[in-house]
Amino acid sequence: MLEIEIDGKTVQVPDGSTVMDAATLAGIYIPHFCYHKKLSIAASCRMCLVQVEKAPKPLPACATPVTNGMKVWTHSEAAVKAQKGVMEFLLINHPLECPVCDQGGECQLQDLAVGYGGAHARYREEKRVWVNKNFGPLIASDATRCINCTRCARFTAEIGGLMELGQAHRSDRAEIMSFLGRTIDSELSGNIIDLCPVGALTSKPFRFSARTWELARRRSISPHDSLGTNLIVQTRHDKVMRVLPGVNESLNECWLTDKDRFSYEALASEQRLVSPMIRQDGEWQAVSWQAALEFTVAALQGIVREQGGQSVGALASPHATVEELHLLQKLARGLASENIDFRLRQRDFRGDAVRGGAPWLGMPVLDIHDLRSLLVVGSFLRKDAPLLAQKVRHSALRHGLRVNAVGPNAEDWLMPVAARALVAPADMAAALAGIAAALAAETGKPVAETLAERLPADISAEARAIAQSLAGGEKSAVWLGSLAVRHPRAAELHLWAQEIARLSGALLGFIGEAANSTGGYLVGAVPGAGGLDARAMIESPRRAYLLFGAEPDLDFADGAAAMAALGQAQLVAAASVFDSPALRQSADVLLPIAPFTETSGTFVNCIGDAQSFHAVAQPLGEARPGWKVLRVLGNLLGLPGFDQDDSAAVRDEALSGDIRACLDNAIGDVPEAEDAPAAQAGRLQRVADVPIYFADPLVRRAPSLQKTADAAPPAARMSASTLAALGVSAGDKVRVTGTGTVELQAVADEGLAPGCVRIAAAHPATVALGPMHGDLSVERI
Amino acid sequence: MLSQESLQQIDREIAKYPPGRKQSAIMSALRIAQVEKGWLPKDVIEFVAAYLGMPPMAAYEVATFYNMYDLEPIGRHKITVCTNLPCALSGGVHVAEYLKRRLGIGFNETTPDGRFTLKEGECMGACGDAPVLLHNNHHMCSFMTMDKIDSLLAELESQ
Amino acid sequence: MSAHALILAGADADRGWRLRDYAARGGYESLRRIVAEKTSPDAIIAELKASGLRGRGGAGFPTGLKWSFMPRAFPGDKYLVCNSDEGEPGTFKDRDILRYNPHAVIEGMIVGAWVMGCTRGYNYIHGEIFEIYRRFEEALEEARAAGLLGPNILGSDFSFELFAHHGYGAYVCGEETALLESLEGKKGQPRFKPPFPASYGLYGKPTTINNTETFASVPFILKMGGEAFLGLGKPNNGGSKIFSVSGHVNRPGNYELNLGTPFPELLEMAGGVRDGRKLKAVIPGGSSSPVLPADVIMDCTLDFDAIGKAGSMLGSGAVIVMDETACMVRALERLSYFYHEESCGQCTPCREGTGWLYRVVRRIEEGLGRPDDLDLLRSVAGNIAGRTICALGDAAAGPVQSFIKHFTDEFIYHIEYRKCLVPLAVQDAGNQINASRPC
Repeated sequence: MLEIEIDGKTVQVPDGSTVMDAATLAGIYIPHFCYHKKLSIAASCRMCLVQVEKAPKPLPACATPVTNGMKVWTHSEAAVKAQKGVMEFLLINHPLECPVCDQGGECQLQDLAVGYGGAHARYREEKRVWVNKNFGPLIASDATRCINCTRCARFTAEIGGLMELGQAHRSDRAEIMSFLGRTIDSELSGNIIDLCPVGALTSKPFRFSARTWELARRRSISPHDSLGTNLIVQTRHDKVMRVLPGVNESLNECWLTDKDRFSYEALASEQRLVSPMIRQDGEWQAVSWQAALEFTVAALQGIVREQGGQSVGALASPHATVEELHLLQKLARGLASENIDFRLRQRDFRGDAVRGGAPWLGMPVLDIHDLRSLLVVGSFLRKDAPLLAQKVRHSALRHGLRVNAVGPNAEDWLMPVAARALVAPADMAAALAGIAAALAAETGKPVAETLAERLPADISAEARAIAQSLAGGEKSAVWLGSLAVRHPRAAELHLWAQEIARLSGALLGFIGEAANSTGGYLVGAVPGAGGLDARAMIESPRRAYLLFGAEPDLDFADGAAAMAALGQAQLVAAASVFDSPALRQSADVLLPIAPFTETSGTFVNCIGDAQSFHAVAQPLGEARPGWKVLRVLGNLLGLPGFDQDDSAAVRDEALSGDIRACLDNAIGDVPEAEDAPAAQAGRLQRVADVPIYFADPLVRRAPSLQKTADAAPPAARMSASTLAALGVSAGDKVRVTGTGTVELQAVADEGLAPGCVRIAAAHPATVALGPMHGDLSVERI
Repeated sequence: MLSQESLQQIDREIAKYPPGRKQSAIMSALRIAQVEKGWLPKDVIEFVAAYLGMPPMAAYEVATFYNMYDLEPIGRHKITVCTNLPCALSGGVHVAEYLKRRLGIGFNETTPDGRFTLKEGECMGACGDAPVLLHNNHHMCSFMTMDKIDSLLAELESQ
Repeated sequence: MSAHALILAGADADRGWRLRDYAARGGYESLRRIVAEKTSPDAIIAELKASGLRGRGGAGFPTGLKWSFMPRAFPGDKYLVCNSDEGEPGTFKDRDILRYNPHAVIEGMIVGAWVMGCTRGYNYIHGEIFEIYRRFEEALEEARAAGLLGPNILGSDFSFELFAHHGYGAYVCGEETALLESLEGKKGQPRFKPPFPASYGLYGKPTTINNTETFASVPFILKMGGEAFLGLGKPNNGGSKIFSVSGHVNRPGNYELNLGTPFPELLEMAGGVRDGRKLKAVIPGGSSSPVLPADVIMDCTLDFDAIGKAGSMLGSGAVIVMDETACMVRALERLSYFYHEESCGQCTPCREGTGWLYRVVRRIEEGLGRPDDLDLLRSVAGNIAGRTICALGDAAAGPVQSFIKHFTDEFIYHIEYRKCLVPLAVQDAGNQINASRPC
């Protein structure tokens, strides 16, 4: 520890602290622009110059290390003179347009100019003007306002992982730009809006719509990925105007994914369901809640009476809240049905019988910092979990974490990948078995008896490299991603991953697909004894379905099959935030429920944090919080236990007990699947990602996100060798046939295992193909 | 994008630096590319960046930072005249004026026949030889006089 | 050349630069002795300290002390870098050293590597002197072929690789941390210090950077002994030093003199003020050192301490001479343009301030000056100086401050009468090509 005196206050700071760190600890604000605690130190804006005892010149607080006994004055005459000098330089070329600038009211330059700026301008020479850039649909550029702090450029290189922005030229022509005027395509791009201390980078969707002081700030939780990102949702007149990060150092820090930041646009979508609707004689009619609920109750009661509870299936989105999932499972069970599931894209449920508890990351997010080795199995890490990926990237770039991967996909995660087994989906279990075998050889520990006979004869070089990376005895982890969880032999992959973790001493974890992928397990929104899982409910169609928050065509492992199953049911009651043609086609009653901003609720993230949030706005139209709809339904059905006063009561009922104790990634033995999909000659294995901006109903309807590069229509991506074997050239139109047929453009993609074709799921253009896994044929048109 | 010969030259530059430090060769690689292409189109910068495994924007930062790279097409012969103080005290400005008159162009302009581009340069570290000028970045002409300019231009015109 | 020349001895005659020529002059003898006798690094550092050698690049930091900072025992790579990125207006000595005596630099660097345990070195050569860079590469090849560079130097277990890195037009890369950034393949934007290169240098490894002339001096010091080298100059200002003389003199060029030589002697050697005109002002240490009026400089001896006492800096020993035909406003305008152009654009005061200074000085020069401009210039320069990451801010502010200080009347005349105190025709005549120079 070092002792430093700042403005007369004595503080103790850890070794290696800067004067800025010490000032923060002492609660003293030092003006600054380029300094940001999450970015490398540039020390270039010079706004944080302070007076240091015995130093002949003012020193930048952000970059000056504390020495023991140091004395610093941050607001002395000398310090303020230096700061005012810098402020004048910053302002000489900054346009005086605060009244029309979107940053007005939340502009660091504006704020500090009040304290440090002169009353009149001494600069009377020609002013600099820069041409505005097109950074894409999310970020607006007003280049002339830029003060060259380079926070944005440092963010793209250091946090985003790809230097999309840089400072070209020199002298006072130095200018922030992208190469060739390209758009900024990072899934984390919006953070540079927050980072920009002036109005040079603002939110395109938000700009010109409100002033910051008109907005109310409410804390909330992201309904998207499994991290549980904290949000600040800003509203005006009951309308969500924008979303900003809620700082949570153990989760998202001060960052947001673009999905978290811009999905709010969908809240005002014209596709919002604003009234309960019933299909009568093939026509959809808006009806009162009472009519809709009575219709639903009557139909359900009739079906249960005639065909038993097991004829009812409850299918919910993993983005639904704890309260909603809890009441839904309670309702289904009240009807004597054990057919409940929220894992709509999963195929293999053999693990359910032998699972230790709710799957989770297996470690605190913060501990990624200290990992030395990581094996990621079957994941689209960067797009599935952008901020988790960012932490892995940070650790890989700064702390030497070795990242390894097994799976059919090798798209650029913008981080070094030490070793990768690029194998087709059908070969993933064997690849993991190979790593286990290599680990056994490496560590001298035997492979578990039940698995010993499944070990491969040969061990690949990649398997050996991955085993060596994990075997170091240092802190390591094995993570299963969405592709592994959705895999037709997911339970076996889980089992092998567990074995690898056991042999290497690594932690076993699940990245999680959605905001409540862990919470769904905790509240028991999974089938009980004799119940059907999500797949079985589609393959053995039910007479009645309660569909909660999910879109039948886009949110299931096989959208076409789901549509067919729902289509033949006697009753489909769908609670949904949005209207959609697929819902109108498959449902009989539509119940408008509130999105996360219009209801209170709870998500349990991938590390078991139950994070509750309040509504930030009134529900739109006749929409109502989902938990209230379910409670009323329970009451109308005459079921006991549906009399909670508020969502907190529902949550307390749902999450009674110690959540941590329920988290357990252990799995018991699972036999080798007999129907292991052996690739047929001439057919390709499908690799299906769920594109980042199609992953849930909200983001699908966010207009600005839909204009980004990540929202490009699906293509049929194949390696050059696969393309050549088919006689197809990149750019050709191809006919792809699964259970149905679609036409797509062929794209060369070296990040794919041979014999595979990567075609995105969750997109209207590919629903007809059927299941996310399995064989496809591809032919040139 | 670049000739075998240029790539070999770039490889020789890469070999000067420790493993994993290919980016250190960016300045030489851009110079070599510029010699081959006459100037640095952005696709060439992107190619060079990819060749060295660095982001194109990082290469573009370098190309725009150092003033001997030409990011616009220029004449076959680029003549850069130093007009900094020591040269200016010894005829540097006069030499520049003479070149402007002879070529009929100003600084940062190219003759209509595409032969000559005239640039104003910064200190070339040869103030004792003033006036000095550079031909195509790599050949320094010292102790210039109007006569020597005439013969230089005659020689370049005949090329 | 002066009789005291070491590095440039005989350079004015038709002297060879190749290895055999250097060896014939006793080159590489010091290195051979060190390797044969396994001279301890401490002994060499002691010799350098005794010599009083101070860095020749401009800052004048004692070389022996700098070398002793290097954590010799630090495991892993350590680098040695030579700064031949000479681009400060007025400075042109390194070019001649590399042209006439490249092996002296190479030998000095090998000795440095021996002392500091460096395994790899680079010589960063100014962009505009490509032909010199090519020659240095040739010299390196000769040294490699002779077993003086590379693995197991002269059959010992000492190995050192040395390469040339070619700049491409950025004055700021003469700043040592900007140079390191540039060597890493980035923009040459200086780093904030601390950490200093000795602990965090090239690729984040311990690195020592010295000027070309500094390295070239090392073999001579080791041959003649530190005390003898010190004796050439005066206490705290040891040895001989190359002075680059440019501007209004009859024989511009490099003159290697003992430190402490009176300025009039140098002026004399350079053939006196051109065409017998009257001396007006001298910039004694490169364009960033404050200008000194004739009467002040004529009383100075040429060494770090004396020039410092007179209110300027010996810097790199670049002496720009201006006679009575020079307009000081125009001279400052040239310099201000240079610093504006060469600012790296990184930190605010320099990025925004150098352009401001230039525009105001240009305005005065163009006859559009305002009464409060001199106060403004002083104030803006004061807001740049001492507030920037590197010394370029100070370098840009220095000329403005010193020109206005010493030639206030000329500036005021310019503002009041909207023209030069020195008639344009006189200026023009004074700035003609020097007919008597030694081309």
